[in-house]
Amino acid sequence: MILFDQVSKRYQGGNEALSNLNFHLHPGEMAFLTGHSGAGKSTLLKLIALIERASTGNVIIGGKNLNKVGRHTLPYLRRNMGIIFQDYQLVYDRTVFDNVALPLIISGFSSREVKKRVHAALDKVGLLRFEKKYPITLSGGEQQRVSIARAVVNKPALLLADEATGNLDPDLSREIMNLFMAFNQVGVTVLIATHDIPLIKQLDKRIMQLSHGQLNPGKTGNTDQFMLDS
Amino acid sequence: MSRSRDNTVSSLQLRQLKPSFSSRFKEFFIRHLQVFFYSLGLLSRSPFATLMTASALGIALALPAGLYLILDHAGQLSGDMNSINQISLFMKKETSAKDINALQKKLHAYPEIAQVKHINRAAALQEFQDNSGFGDALKALKNNPLPDLLIVYPSLTHSDPQQINTLLIDLKKIKQVDLVQLDIQWLQRLYAIINIGQRGVLIIGSLLALAVLLIIGNTIRLAIENRRSEIVVMKLIGGTDSFIRRPFLYTGFWYGLLGSLIAVLLVNISLIIINDPLAHLSSLYDNNLFSLGLVGIKISSTLLLSGCLLGLFGARIAVGKHLKEIEPK
Repeated sequence: MILFDQVSKRYQGGNEALSNLNFHLHPGEMAFLTGHSGAGKSTLLKLIALIERASTGNVIIGGKNLNKVGRHTLPYLRRNMGIIFQDYQLVYDRTVFDNVALPLIISGFSSREVKKRVHAALDKVGLLRFEKKYPITLSGGEQQRVSIARAVVNKPALLLADEATGNLDPDLSREIMNLFMAFNQVGVTVLIATHDIPLIKQLDKRIMQLSHGQLNPGKTGNTDQFMLDS
Repeated sequence: MSRSRDNTVSSLQLRQLKPSFSSRFKEFFIRHLQVFFYSLGLLSRSPFATLMTASALGIALALPAGLYLILDHAGQLSGDMNSINQISLFMKKETSAKDINALQKKLHAYPEIAQVKHINRAAALQEFQDNSGFGDALKALKNNPLPDLLIVYPSLTHSDPQQINTLLIDLKKIKQVDLVQLDIQWLQRLYAIINIGQRGVLIIGSLLALAVLLIIGNTIRLAIENRRSEIVVMKLIGGTDSFIRRPFLYTGFWYGLLGSLIAVLLVNISLIIINDPLAHLSSLYDNNLFSLGLVGIKISSTLLLSGCLLGLFGARIAVGKHLKEIEPK
């Protein structure tokens, strides 16, 4: 599903955020991306979502080489991904319902279908009763869940999350992590960048640790070797 | 869904939830309608700002429209030029009434001449006293200073400039005639002035159309700036450029429509203000042709259509330029 082939990303000024990165995330797999601030987690996710482009190397998503994706096909590629942002990226002058409905409206679903799917997604994150509210009136955790509902409403094959539990209390983090696990169980490929080592150590999922723009040589599925990260 | 299904290269395409073609086709129109009215709703949220912008557009559109209207009517006047072709023959003062009568009959027999009208010098003086406001001053004169006047109307078959010229030369040869004056000359001059005026309107109209584009472009640029974060979100979740562009194009359309409605209103108000004195002026010229009335359907609809098109066009330029600059970071 996600294949990084000798990928480097240099920013202007020579700062190398990722250097010669190689990894493969299989379809239906769930993995965590950890590392210090500035280790390149966000950059890696941005390369997948085509917010940034690789300086060298190939990023291949679902068989598509992102180097060959132009400006006009890019939106269609993004529709296949659900992206959850650290700062939620909600539209604050639209209701919770309208926010979650956006990906469906963009794809051209009928109003009836939109209503049905938005309700299902909001129900899944436990916010159905807030559908007519404006996001600004919700707490951070609730806004985060709205953005999760929006990310999954059109059933994307790939779910990306950047510090999705960063500013939530442990109970809520746990709850949201369970949600991601549930999506993964129905076959969605999930990649989550997080600081929350104690939480992910409890889950038997692959952990990829980034430091200085490179992946620490580690195995997958085992959490023990990542004690080094605090 | 199982993992095994994902082994194909194009697994993303296979798995993605997609609406049917017919649904997308139908939704396309429904969404257009929704965005159409949604953008109107956005404008109505800030009615004062919207009205100010629309008024600026209205004034910019009203100016060339009003000028065009006046020139159009003046042009219609000059279009009647041939029918009011007339040649004035001022008689020498010493010519007797009998001679004038004889001359009138003689001229009437000319094939080039349709009609000859005699204006008696006494009657002319009376009319001048009545209408000019110099009545008392004229009474002080011992003699009537006005000559007898024969007005010659060329026949329609002899009304092109060349033939009129030949006739003029003939008329000048008559010995009782003091002065020959072709009354078409002032119309020809008017026509020349109108010609210049029409070019002027074209220039002013083009400049103001450009102003409309700039006003709308700038307004849309501000609207884009205000909705920057929303545009970023749209791009992040896969909104195409045309989808993101749409509400701004309709906003431009609404501005154009509102602006041109205001323009129609402004022109009509100006006409109402100007019509009375104009009718008075027209009556002084013994002429009822020059009354402007209100703006006709043709000009109104031209104004509305060009307003809407300028709005759409201005918005398209602004959106095309500024949307590219907004990318998620």
